Amino acid sequence: MLGDGNRRSVALSTTSTVIVLAALVALLAAAPGSRVVRHTFFNPTDMWRAFVGDPKAGYYSVGEALWLNIRMFVIAEILILIVALVVAVIRQSTGPVLLPLRIVSTVYVDVARGVPLILLIFAIGFGAPALSLAFISYQSAAVYGVAALVLSYSAYVSEVYRAGIGSVHRSQVAAARSLGLSQWTSMRYVILPQAIRNIIPPLLNDFISLQKDTALVGVLGSIEANKAAELFADTTFNYSSYAVAAVLFLLLTIPLARFTDHLIARDRARRLAGAVQ
Amino acid sequence: MARTGGGASAGDTPGAGGASALRVEGLRKAFGANEVLRGIDLTVTSHEVICLIGASGSGKSTLLRCVNLLERIDAGTIYLDGQLITGPAVNENLVRQHIGIVFQSFNLFPHMTVERNVTLAPMKVLGLSKAEAVAQSRVLLERFGLGEKRADYPDRLSGGQQQRVAIVRALAMRPRLMLLDEVTSALDPELVSEVLDVIRELAEGGMTMLIATHEMGFARDIASRVCFLADGQIIEQGPPAQLFSQPSDERTRRFLRRIVDAGRL
Repeated sequence: MLGDGNRRSVALSTTSTVIVLAALVALLAAAPGSRVVRHTFFNPTDMWRAFVGDPKAGYYSVGEALWLNIRMFVIAEILILIVALVVAVIRQSTGPVLLPLRIVSTVYVDVARGVPLILLIFAIGFGAPALSLAFISYQSAAVYGVAALVLSYSAYVSEVYRAGIGSVHRSQVAAARSLGLSQWTSMRYVILPQAIRNIIPPLLNDFISLQKDTALVGVLGSIEANKAAELFADTTFNYSSYAVAAVLFLLLTIPLARFTDHLIARDRARRLAGAVQ
Repeated sequence: MARTGGGASAGDTPGAGGASALRVEGLRKAFGANEVLRGIDLTVTSHEVICLIGASGSGKSTLLRCVNLLERIDAGTIYLDGQLITGPAVNENLVRQHIGIVFQSFNLFPHMTVERNVTLAPMKVLGLSKAEAVAQSRVLLERFGLGEKRADYPDRLSGGQQQRVAIVRALAMRPRLMLLDEVTSALDPELVSEVLDVIRELAEGGMTMLIATHEMGFARDIASRVCFLADGQIIEQGPPAQLFSQPSDERTRRFLRRIVDAGRL
């Protein structure tokens, strides 16, 4: 049952939302170029044509091309989770034996985070084929794109992992080691499970960003959603295809964003409950 | 890790370690410029219960952490059952298997059930099978009145229950020596006694223990020997009756007077 106060605030928020949306629509409709924009960017007929595609006319289905984005995203995500974990564990390791590996991974993280992703995609997409190496040089553009995504994102995600490892209290390490568990066993059973629980929200945030960045792989010529939209625009001089691509990307990212919010809220509730005890 | 040379000759009387479960000699530890331990000499014989008393910051906790090799020592030597456990060639993990430690803040693993907390180390370190580890944990948990809690997560337990689980977790490694670091200091007053009862039971069972504590009444009851620490040194030690009633050093007297004034003895 909603109380009076609650009912009042729901009514207020609904009204204000409606007013703001109406104002935005009115503004767009009243703009001098409104008709042209609607025709060139949001034309339902062209949007449908772009969505289903017509290879004979010189453009591909944006909807079908999105499937490539999804595959690239899923494969890259799995690889990133693994590579980044290895990098993070190496970077926080102690002991002189691993020093060379620590240096390598530190340099890697600095470089991969510092170079714009689009440059990495160009470097690998055009550099690897130029090498003429047996296995490496004859892959598809999408494979090079995924490699560049993994290289770039693993650097970021390894830092997220590292922050997570750092967030587990030192006393947990002491407790684990005091039982005779080795450094690796402590990490595997005591530290990492707690660290990963702490970093799920920031991790998902990076993956939302990864979903969109698969669109950059189009620069190598892969027909992913953004590239397909570009081909449509080049052929028909109508940009509605970009609106289609944008909507499709939103359909991918928004559920993940909501899921992340849900996890953050649940985590906060759990922390609060813990603090009360 | 300086001065570990005495190892090989361990001394003069290798067998002298025989009855001594733990022997600490000339132990020094500094954190930066802060010298916390300045030459500790202490011998604990098997089945002995030693209580370390002293003001906060006197070095009690640091001494325990050094014995468990959780802190790197600056100088001195430590022997466990006559074997040198300080020095570069020592396998810390192996040493820690034999020394249980219980912390003030419990430090249970929050993402594991009580049973998993207790079985993890026996399985991963001692190589027990899951069935063996679980069977052992049930016996121990049952013995300390925690049988019904084994499927619970630590945050569902009271402080006293958590600390008892922490003790059981250490016992599951079948240690030769238990170190207790102010294990009741973080507990609500009404929960203190259930933990002290467990420790008393261990003492009666013959467990060798080194206990840092502020519970003077408990120390008087349970200790075979009480050591008073101040400024990183053992100022005075002796049977509780003697140390509490006729302290010989002025610093011990002053400390005990403050405790009495605070109504804790």
